[in-house]
Amino acid sequence: MAVKSIGPYEFEPKDKLENFHGNQLLYVGWDDHLMFCAPHAFPFPPDMPFAAVLTDVLPGVYGAHPDWEKIDWGASKWLKSGEPWYPDPEKSLAENGLKHKDVIRFITPGLTGIKGSYS
Amino acid sequence: MDAKAPRKKLNLKDRYRHLTRGLEWDPSYQPREKIYPYIEYEGIKIHDWDKWEDPFRLTMDSYWKYQGEKERKLYAIIDAFAQNNGHLNVSNERYINVLKLFIQGVSPLEYAAHRGFAHAGRAFPGAGPRIAAEMQSIDELRHFQTQAHTISNYNKYYNGMHDPGHMHGRVWYLSVPKSFFDDAMSAGPFEFMVATGFAFEYVLTNLLFVPFMSGAAYNGDMATVNFGFSAQSDESRHMTLGLEVIKFLLEQDPDNLPIVQGWLDKWCWRGTRLLSLVAAMMDYMLPKKVMSWGEAWEMYVEENGGALFKDLERYGITMPEALKTATIEKEHISHQTWATLYNYGAAAAFHTWVPTPEEMDWQSEKYPNTFDKYYRPRFEHWAEMEKAGERFYNQTLPMLCQTCQIPMFFTEPSDPTKICYRESDYKGNKYHTCSDHCKTIFDNEPEKYIQAWLPVHQIYQGNCGGAGLEDVLKWYHFNMGRDNMDINGSEDQRNFNMWKGNT
Repeated sequence: MAVKSIGPYEFEPKDKLENFHGNQLLYVGWDDHLMFCAPHAFPFPPDMPFAAVLTDVLPGVYGAHPDWEKIDWGASKWLKSGEPWYPDPEKSLAENGLKHKDVIRFITPGLTGIKGSYS
Repeated sequence: MDAKAPRKKLNLKDRYRHLTRGLEWDPSYQPREKIYPYIEYEGIKIHDWDKWEDPFRLTMDSYWKYQGEKERKLYAIIDAFAQNNGHLNVSNERYINVLKLFIQGVSPLEYAAHRGFAHAGRAFPGAGPRIAAEMQSIDELRHFQTQAHTISNYNKYYNGMHDPGHMHGRVWYLSVPKSFFDDAMSAGPFEFMVATGFAFEYVLTNLLFVPFMSGAAYNGDMATVNFGFSAQSDESRHMTLGLEVIKFLLEQDPDNLPIVQGWLDKWCWRGTRLLSLVAAMMDYMLPKKVMSWGEAWEMYVEENGGALFKDLERYGITMPEALKTATIEKEHISHQTWATLYNYGAAAAFHTWVPTPEEMDWQSEKYPNTFDKYYRPRFEHWAEMEKAGERFYNQTLPMLCQTCQIPMFFTEPSDPTKICYRESDYKGNKYHTCSDHCKTIFDNEPEKYIQAWLPVHQIYQGNCGGAGLEDVLKWYHFNMGRDNMDINGSEDQRNFNMWKGNT
């Protein structure tokens, strides 16, 4: 359905890729850990290795949670737009198929947040 | 000398007719559609503007008289408040944060409503609705003024209330109320009237005004109670106008029904999402609580709103699905909203805190199905972190909903342990929303919402003063270390205790 308007109504998206100075947006969520109230937004260069997200970025974001240390990355799973996703850490974000404004989530089986409250 | 004939006094009905009808004229040298350019394009059909009935029959002369009397009372009390150190009579320093949220988030909406009703009034060819919209426009301006004047007394003593106009257009949590009204004002005049006049003023306004005003009364803030009273008679007039708008549109033409139903579905949801902030205020910010958000929702929406929509059934209107979804969420949203404000308390111009053990017991009692299971462990853990000198602050900016602009903290209606992720593709770009209803609103008018000024994305685009928190707060006109962070250790808290002689 289109906007009802008194004349032509067409606009550039406010958040188009070109506006982010070479970065693209990536959203990351940690399932069952709602102490972090919402998924996070990051501006990353598309040629950044996915491993750098895991080792350089996420510890600073989620490290305050007591479950962070307990994560078994071998057992963890990823979802992209809600569908199973298998990233290769050695490859870049772009090579892993991540586009501007994609949303990924990681699931850490067995970890259910503070006192099992999904916090 | 001739005896003066006694002046014949018109009765109320005649006065109203003379002062609100027959004021328009038929243009002769401009086509009508050029004078009223916004009246056709929304698809609403009006056959007889004179069918508009204003149950209040308020005319401009009596309007000025009533409002003038109320102003005199209001300003006398404001003066008394200032002379008697009213700022010290509140329950405790936490309460002040309610006023910060109000002046930053709500008062600018009064001003926006003033502009919106002025615009809508100008757009209508019928004299009845024009006059009703004009009066409401003036009311809203008056509310903004009285709120600014009342709260200015607190601004002399407490932090965070110094520049709400500037903050409103920039700050992340204020983009929620701002975008709500921007959305309504950039719609056509009929949608604006349904959005603001009916969905907000009629269905949801009690959830905004009653909690704020009774909260003020419970917590010793007589100044706010005072402006609440001064606005109350206006509010009841606004509610009547809102209902009249709906009935008028539905009685004019059967083709109006699906359009109006669509607007109701949209705006009841937009309004409910906006009120998440009020939910957090009621359950967490008021030191002395009035009632819980859940109880208020039951009373004002499930009971009163249920009766209202039952009444509207004869026109073919059904209760918006959005209100049913919000009923499922009523036991969660205040906790989730406050937890989010707590997460990002370093970037807010009010203080946040972990509720006390007594407050948590109150939550358990009010929310027996949810609080102990999902939220108490989170708050107790944060209390322990704070005790250990590591007060939790979320270090990274959140993902926002493209429609309501709230951080994506809402959970699936069927599963409170999972964030609700929804997404849409539009012209090669992805857009994320927090709920089925926000997604539907986006999908119905994507071209509108792709223009959303999302604060997080704007920071990342470099449009908000810099990349660091300190740069952004400066651009917001926040005073780092005074306006933000936890209530514990704040300047407000130190001052309040010093002034009250607390040790």
